[in-house]
Amino acid sequence: MRAFGYTVAKDPADAVRLVTTTPGATFIAGGTDLLNLMKDGAQAHDHLVDLNRLDMAEVRAQGAGVRIGALARMRHVAEHRRVREGFPVLAQALLASASPQLRNMAAIGGNLLQRTRCGYFRDSGSACNKREPGSGCPALEGYSRGHAILGGSDHCIATHPSDLAVALLALDASVHVLGPDGARRIPIADFHLLPGSTPERENALRRGELITHVEVPDSHAAAHSRYLKLRDRATFEFAVVSVAAALELRGGVVRDVRLAFGGVATKPWRSAEAEAALRGKPLTAANVAEAGRALVRGAAPRPDNAFKVELVQRAMAGVLAELGGPR
Amino acid sequence: MTDDPHPTRRAHKRRTVLKGSAVAAGAAAVPPLAATASAEAAIASTVDITLSVNGRDHDISLEPRVTLLDALRDRLGLTGAKKGCDRGECGACTVLVDGERIKSCTTLAVMRQGSRITTVEGLADGDRLHPVQQAFIRHDAFQCGGCTSGQIMSAVACIQEGHAGSEAEIRDWMSGNLCRCACYQNIVAAVGDAAREMRR
Repeated sequence: MRAFGYTVAKDPADAVRLVTTTPGATFIAGGTDLLNLMKDGAQAHDHLVDLNRLDMAEVRAQGAGVRIGALARMRHVAEHRRVREGFPVLAQALLASASPQLRNMAAIGGNLLQRTRCGYFRDSGSACNKREPGSGCPALEGYSRGHAILGGSDHCIATHPSDLAVALLALDASVHVLGPDGARRIPIADFHLLPGSTPERENALRRGELITHVEVPDSHAAAHSRYLKLRDRATFEFAVVSVAAALELRGGVVRDVRLAFGGVATKPWRSAEAEAALRGKPLTAANVAEAGRALVRGAAPRPDNAFKVELVQRAMAGVLAELGGPR
Repeated sequence: MTDDPHPTRRAHKRRTVLKGSAVAAGAAAVPPLAATASAEAAIASTVDITLSVNGRDHDISLEPRVTLLDALRDRLGLTGAKKGCDRGECGACTVLVDGERIKSCTTLAVMRQGSRITTVEGLADGDRLHPVQQAFIRHDAFQCGGCTSGQIMSAVACIQEGHAGSEAEIRDWMSGNLCRCACYQNIVAAVGDAAREMRR
């Protein structure tokens, strides 16, 4: 790891000022991804601004929802009673992430900013448009089992690894940030970006902006939600395919449904098409199958990941069955 | 420094490392960092910190890039925590910080000032081994030993968290610790046995 300077931020505004005015500076909270990236040479920073003394770790009820401080650790959010009762998909996604030790360390804000596990990105000896714009994407012709079937471009097909982000996307959460120009709110659906021709740009944050908290609104569907994560090992592994589903049924008819997916797309993926195929209709096997087809209609699979086209549809049907749909 | 929650912590000395609370709060005109040091100066700089490990305070001077694991092993001579992958994957470096298990390779030593750190060296009560240590011996829960101190520290926390109620639960909540020799069967038995003993 290259040498760097280090400063402890005293409040959020101080943190923003330090990162904005110090060349090569970035924030560090849990550090569980950032330090690996720096050790591997996938990222380099001249200065780290430590956020850990900031008062931003609280999880609490706020209005009709819950407010999660950006420094709240994964474990504490997953254990929070309000989260477990009002947003089961959120608690389940967190507990399906990482390992107990990492969940004690990793903060919510950093989780949303973690970088892809694409082996070419993590290997500083490989070309990678995300790490070195213009250098090429070996995954396009190379080993692509972990890569995206949705949302890819000619420049990048790397998947976003966060389970939390997939759950938050299904819950219509919003990300609150503080920057040099003040505070603003970013809907989670607008937070992560498609790679397009600029895969190095992964989110909507501007220079110096700090995630302060995440807000998750209550809903009937949120309280009746579930996360399914399919992976190569039973635990402590990233998703091959994951589904976050929230469902409100009334008289057997779908009144509200939110479907978000991980492991299959270049950003946490919400499928308005799949939701539209179900909303206002009875949750029958035929309608679920139609929703699955709508989900993968634009899919661009590669030889190593073509299996995900069917797997993600089966996973979606499986979660809906657990939430009260046809078995 | 009345607002400093950790009064025993020693101040950073080099100008390249701003003291977060004290300097910034005390001076209206904090010089911009870029004006006080070039990147090259930052490379040479070290900070003086105090780490509280196994009930004892240690004053050390190190670069900000030194991980807690490297500080424990190379600076304090506490080699119980092992460096396996150095990427937060294998769990051999597991220690307790303020009672919670973490992977010491993926945190910086400077970030852990003011915390209570416990390593495997601090687990026994004098000559009397911790119940988890005893259970690992009883169940022959290791071969090469490379992962063992991490397994033991993780198991202590796993039991304290209440996640050692069944074999399946132990396997899930001990998943952050890999054993290359694949002693998992005996490790799971040891953790379950120690949990029952500690509940008594």
